[in-house]
Amino acid sequence: MSLRQIAFYGKGGIGKSTTSQNTLAALAEMGQKILIVGCDPKADSTRLILHAKAQDTVLSLAADAGSVEDLELEDVLRVGYRDIRCVESGGPEPGVGCAGRGVITAINFLEENGAYDGVDYVSYDVLGDVVCGGFAMPIRENKAQEIYIVMSGEMMAMYAANNISKGILKYANAGGVRLGGLICNERQTDKEWDLADALARKLGTSLIHFVPRDNVVQHAELRRMTVLEYDPESKQAGEYRQLAQKIHANKGNGTIPTPITMEELEDLLLEFGIMQKEDDSIVGKAKAVA
Amino acid sequence: MPQSADKVLDHSDLFREPEYQEIFERKKGFEGGCGAAKVTEIADWTKSMEYREINFKREALVVNPAKACQPLGAVLCASGFEGTLPYVHGSQGCVAYFRSHFNRHFKEPCSAVSDSMTEDAAVFGGLNNIVDGLANAHALYKPKMIAVSTTCMAEVIGDDLDGFIKTAKAKGSIPEDFRVPFAHTPSFVGSHVTGYDNMLKGFLTNFWEGKTRVETSAPAININGGFDGYCVANNREIKRLMKEMGVAATIISDPSEVFDTPADGEFRMYAGGTTAEQMDAALNAKGTVFMQGISAVKSAEYVEKAGQKTISLHCPVGVAGTDAFLMAVAELTGQAIPASLETERGRLVDAITDSQAYLHGKKFALFGDPDMLLGLTAFLLELGAEPVHIVCTNATKEWTAKITELLAASPFGKEGKAWPGKDLWHMRSLLATEPVDFLIGSSHGKYLERDTDTPLIRIGFPIFDRHHHHRFPIWGYQGGLNVLVKILDKIFDTLDATTTDSASFDLVR
Repeated sequence: MSLRQIAFYGKGGIGKSTTSQNTLAALAEMGQKILIVGCDPKADSTRLILHAKAQDTVLSLAADAGSVEDLELEDVLRVGYRDIRCVESGGPEPGVGCAGRGVITAINFLEENGAYDGVDYVSYDVLGDVVCGGFAMPIRENKAQEIYIVMSGEMMAMYAANNISKGILKYANAGGVRLGGLICNERQTDKEWDLADALARKLGTSLIHFVPRDNVVQHAELRRMTVLEYDPESKQAGEYRQLAQKIHANKGNGTIPTPITMEELEDLLLEFGIMQKEDDSIVGKAKAVA
Repeated sequence: MPQSADKVLDHSDLFREPEYQEIFERKKGFEGGCGAAKVTEIADWTKSMEYREINFKREALVVNPAKACQPLGAVLCASGFEGTLPYVHGSQGCVAYFRSHFNRHFKEPCSAVSDSMTEDAAVFGGLNNIVDGLANAHALYKPKMIAVSTTCMAEVIGDDLDGFIKTAKAKGSIPEDFRVPFAHTPSFVGSHVTGYDNMLKGFLTNFWEGKTRVETSAPAININGGFDGYCVANNREIKRLMKEMGVAATIISDPSEVFDTPADGEFRMYAGGTTAEQMDAALNAKGTVFMQGISAVKSAEYVEKAGQKTISLHCPVGVAGTDAFLMAVAELTGQAIPASLETERGRLVDAITDSQAYLHGKKFALFGDPDMLLGLTAFLLELGAEPVHIVCTNATKEWTAKITELLAASPFGKEGKAWPGKDLWHMRSLLATEPVDFLIGSSHGKYLERDTDTPLIRIGFPIFDRHHHHRFPIWGYQGGLNVLVKILDKIFDTLDATTTDSASFDLVR
């Protein structure tokens, strides 16, 4: 099987890293050889696989060694649950430097040093939003072919999903990157499934899985483990297995997304009663005045 | 005095005039600088062993690194293809520097454009600059190919050349089938030789990707010179040698014409260079010889992946170096080395033995690019001279291993030490505390020459302050002779200068 490169994008705090690590653990269970590339300065994309707080990152190790050229692959690569290989790109402290360039540097280093040799899947876990060119590195030509957007029924998560689709669209026209689908991580908002499904249709893709909320995820997280490892018999583990099978069966296919305007997104929320029709007469008026 | 048209004073005389001397004095007073005695005291201290130890503990500061940045190499590589316009995606100041660098070295015009990214491009990304830039460059300068590299600005914000170029084509900036080889060349990674390698790989990929290789039965090979300040003469010498051997050699990236155009009244923006047809055919060649292997690692990997044999040399200078080059060609093609070249070899051996008494045991310090240092060190060892300090700012691990091995293999290399990643300020400490007879390097070495009284032999890139050196090869037996003469001239000039008041000021040396 040829190398498949996938990427998980989504709003910060949506449960992207949790969903991706559980899903990848399930893929590993299916016998797939996996490399996770965390592309977030927080470096928490691999903690459940490694049972670690935060892995030493490519960039912090490079800073210690003097330069990236002084690093060897074995310095940055850790092997965790079911031989999943893990790398974190890392990046600067909040407020300084350029995290986007960090992602580019880390991915170039991994490619040049043969980190992708002998694996079936490379999975990029990318922070919040495609905020600059660096965070789009994983979706450039010859990188990830399919993107999965993790979202929920909350307005901001849907807003982020739409923005990420815009990013994908920019690269999809010139290259081969496609949107594999939406993954809804349940927040128990009203009509969540319907809304997620409707958004998926608007974006020209599909809701490939609805991951129900289950406390076992939190129990596993406290132990820095995936549900697959902590409680393999649980119902939730089964959910992640299903998602993994769907991704595996997708075989690199996907669509070019059709992102919508802010108005269309608001209309969608209105339609499902998540948002009330705007009353222009109250906009900008403080409580006392009203 | 003000200048007069009857007797124009040039720079070196003008500033000795009293009014300028007075200005310099006033400036010194204004700046509140310390006296000459203090300057001398500190300058002397920086030549002590104590300072050397402090100097070599430096971690965060680089002083006079003997290297340039990636896009400079990319521009040189791109200049070697027929009708090709080097195009740098990024800030225009960077590109002005690339052009002037080559102007000053080759004493020739250098055509390269930038798409002049400014603050808005830094925020919104440089897509529009590529879309407009490619359209303008194509319409104005009518190139056959445009080769795109990047400055740090485009790299930091993460511009995606592949995607941008495809988009520009989709928007009609340039025809769909117009070739745009490209390479990401972040200046803060590697050096100009890395950029050369990246751009070369960009060209190979552009021409060869997805094609099936059918090996030719003819004695045809490819040769790449790497980042070579002597490309004008070296490439011509290579072509002559290949003709002697009956080998059809394609030089992949050949700037020997564009950086040596005649003054006949016609400006040539493009001249010579590897043609598109040659590049297509090059895939089927029997193999590729990289004259500077450490500077072409990624390209060599790509060529091997395409199914070709590759032989990587390291700037082969001198007898053994040229032997290795010719035998590599013989190995790839099966062609014999003709008697004519054996005669040339014999002449070089003869010249070396003629001068042996003056070369034996002379101590040298060298700085420059990795491959060139390997080539020159090997040649010095061949001459019975002793390379002592070898500073390579843009060294790789492979270089350090190779140079150490090279030194260990010769009795003349016993005192030699490789200094990977060090700069010319380190070299200054080395020359001051462990003096040698001569220094070999680019024009940047002239300050070390002045500071440490070590005569400089100019071999390398850039040579800004001596003219036309690049018009004489350093490769081939003929090139070996040129390098030998450069070294000997300096040895004899120095000997004359230091014996003027003695009986040893001889007519015959």
